[in-house]
Amino acid sequence: MTQPGSAGQTRIAQLLTEHRDDVLGRWVAAVAGTVRGRITERELRHESEELYGLLVRQAADGPAGTAADELRSMLADLSRSRARQGFTPSETAVSVFALKQALFSLLEEKADVDADAKTYREFVLFSSVLDDLGLHTFETFAAAREQVIADQAESLLELSTPVVKLWDGIVAVPLIGTLDSARTQVVMESLLQTLVDTGSRYAVIDITGVAAVDTEVAQHLLKTVVAARLMGAECVISGIRPQIAHTIVTLGIEFADIVTKATLADALAHVLRQSGVQIISGGQA
Amino acid sequence: MTTSDDVEIPIATGDDVVRVRQATRTAAGAARLSLVDQTKVVTAASELARNTLVYGGGGEALVSQVTDERGRAGVRIVFRDEGPGIADVDLALTDGWTSGQGLGLGLTGARRLVDAFDLETAVGQGTTITVTKWRR
Repeated sequence: MTQPGSAGQTRIAQLLTEHRDDVLGRWVAAVAGTVRGRITERELRHESEELYGLLVRQAADGPAGTAADELRSMLADLSRSRARQGFTPSETAVSVFALKQALFSLLEEKADVDADAKTYREFVLFSSVLDDLGLHTFETFAAAREQVIADQAESLLELSTPVVKLWDGIVAVPLIGTLDSARTQVVMESLLQTLVDTGSRYAVIDITGVAAVDTEVAQHLLKTVVAARLMGAECVISGIRPQIAHTIVTLGIEFADIVTKATLADALAHVLRQSGVQIISGGQA
Repeated sequence: MTTSDDVEIPIATGDDVVRVRQATRTAAGAARLSLVDQTKVVTAASELARNTLVYGGGGEALVSQVTDERGRAGVRIVFRDEGPGIADVDLALTDGWTSGQGLGLGLTGARRLVDAFDLETAVGQGTTITVTKWRR
């Protein structure tokens, strides 16, 4: 050790402490270059200073110290917030990796003065620690993104199966997207439940938003209609677009005696007529 | 002739069927098929991908854009599985016949939805189905 009185401290930790402002400045500049404007320089500086402090402590204590744990959890928070703000994985990991460059360029400049073989060995060791931390950020980032996706998928499932009341005694289910077994189950359950809750006699299943109707989707639809009938409700399927009609005919699916309509409006008009509601255009009586 | 835009999709779950459908829709759009033809080929892909999953025990789909000798664009999809194979092809290609729980229209319907349909199967070795839809 070059300095007396700091027997436990490594050369890297010493360098990091001595040239704190210099390294920190380079580091922040490098990170700021990649995240351009989406985080303010001040926020970034604040974040980096905090990270830097922990890194110095970790370089001094070694990986077993408490600083290592704090560092990891702070990085995890950081990458989670980056993931939610829509940064790319590289933009997130660069927060860690850029420090290596900052430190290395500093070492290069000071090479003639005080960098020796031991310092380089330490640098290699330190950079592998940084690599680890970088990977840790990456992993947390990916996990956070997956969580976002899972949340969205779940909310989509709920979003896409509303049963709405169109009129007294008439409910409708606008179906959107892919109709698989799981979703049909949800649709069927909520439709049947709503029929009971509202005492409705008519249900309109609108498939305008369903991209393709194949035999499985058709089978699900037929089952839903039959189930509704068993409960005494009449079902109309609406939103059959020309290309869907074409495909259904070619496939050979028969909707038998189920009433189908091209648009939701047609279906509503049909069930209103069925339930005896008369619509009169609004002239003065 | 196939282009470099081939997409290979493993079929192991119900979500993969959706992926095959999306890849087919993208390829059909790129080949500038009409909306009706796009919907037809997407539906056929959906049927066959589900068959691969349910009856073939999983496999893979290869979606590619093709052009014939006269320069006509189209979409070709190859479904391959190493499942039990189809013992009686004629029976399987009968409307309304199913060995499972479906309507029995998937395979025959898919054949009607596309322009070219080729089925190779051997009991115990698996099934390969190639379908092509050309631009009109």
